[in-house]
Amino acid sequence: MQIIVNGESQEQSHPLTVTSLLESLDLHSKQVAVEVNLKILDRSDFDTWNLQEGDKVEILSFIGGGSL
Amino acid sequence: MSASPLKDPLIIAGREFRSRLWVGTGKYKDFEETRLAIEASGADVVTVAVRRVNITDKNSENLLDYIDPKKYTILPNTAGCYTVEDAVRYARLARAAGVSDLVKLEVIGDERTLFPDTAGLIEAAKILIAEGFIVLPYTNDDPIVAKKLMDIGCPAVMPLAAPIGSGLGIRNPYNLKIIMETVNVPVIVDAGVGTASDAALAMEYGADAVLMNTAIAGADDPIMMATAMRYGVDAGRLAFKAGRIPRKLHASASSPIEGML
Repeated sequence: MQIIVNGESQEQSHPLTVTSLLESLDLHSKQVAVEVNLKILDRSDFDTWNLQEGDKVEILSFIGGGSL
Repeated sequence: MSASPLKDPLIIAGREFRSRLWVGTGKYKDFEETRLAIEASGADVVTVAVRRVNITDKNSENLLDYIDPKKYTILPNTAGCYTVEDAVRYARLARAAGVSDLVKLEVIGDERTLFPDTAGLIEAAKILIAEGFIVLPYTNDDPIVAKKLMDIGCPAVMPLAAPIGSGLGIRNPYNLKIIMETVNVPVIVDAGVGTASDAALAMEYGADAVLMNTAIAGADDPIMMATAMRYGVDAGRLAFKAGRIPRKLHASASSPIEGML
């Protein structure tokens, strides 16, 4: 199936949980926030949340910043 | 410095902070320089931004590998947000990433000045406070807005000294002083500091803390400037607590007249 991760279209196997997606990106141990179709997920949902064809996934983390 | 007057902690929403200098983590050459500058500043609160993870480069390093969240209070900001909706979204994302309920709320009004959109700020703050966030708002040097932010439940206010990154220093000391006498929550002067004397001045006026990024990261030697800022904040704090002499138009001799020939 096709999903969009951080703006990039990706071919992924189905079924795919958020945890599996993060593992495939080496991000499972990092402090990240995940948003699927504008819904922010709880970390406790990562293991069970199944991604669907066409989902827009945003993975965010902390970067250097003061104000801007 | 062993002087105990510097030991009284800054308390915000029941949390104790040791340092009255808070620093941002943007604009450094690399993470190592960031780490060294923060260490030199003595800050225990560091601000971070929330952005997309680089998913194409799996080896890209993570800021939090250099700044230990166990050692520092990580204060996520909503930098770059120009609408209430965006600011609220980024605050929620920051909380979801699992640091804490703290957020430095920014709703920016204009690209050229980066001044806050204070109407949007109050609106976003209300939404986030209702959701249990501890909202530290980046605001203008406007005492009325500062009071409104306090009244809706912000446990501190963060008025600017000058536009973000401008290094102009404190443009309106009188407004800052009025804010300090108007609100009974901590006042953290945020943005616009250029050098150590600006930080000292903010503290002498009675600010509870100073937050800065560019003044340190943009200095020729950021680590040395971080040290200077630390001393500036400490000196200003001590001077404030010590109580300065009143300004007088005419001289007043320091040496006694008695005993002169």
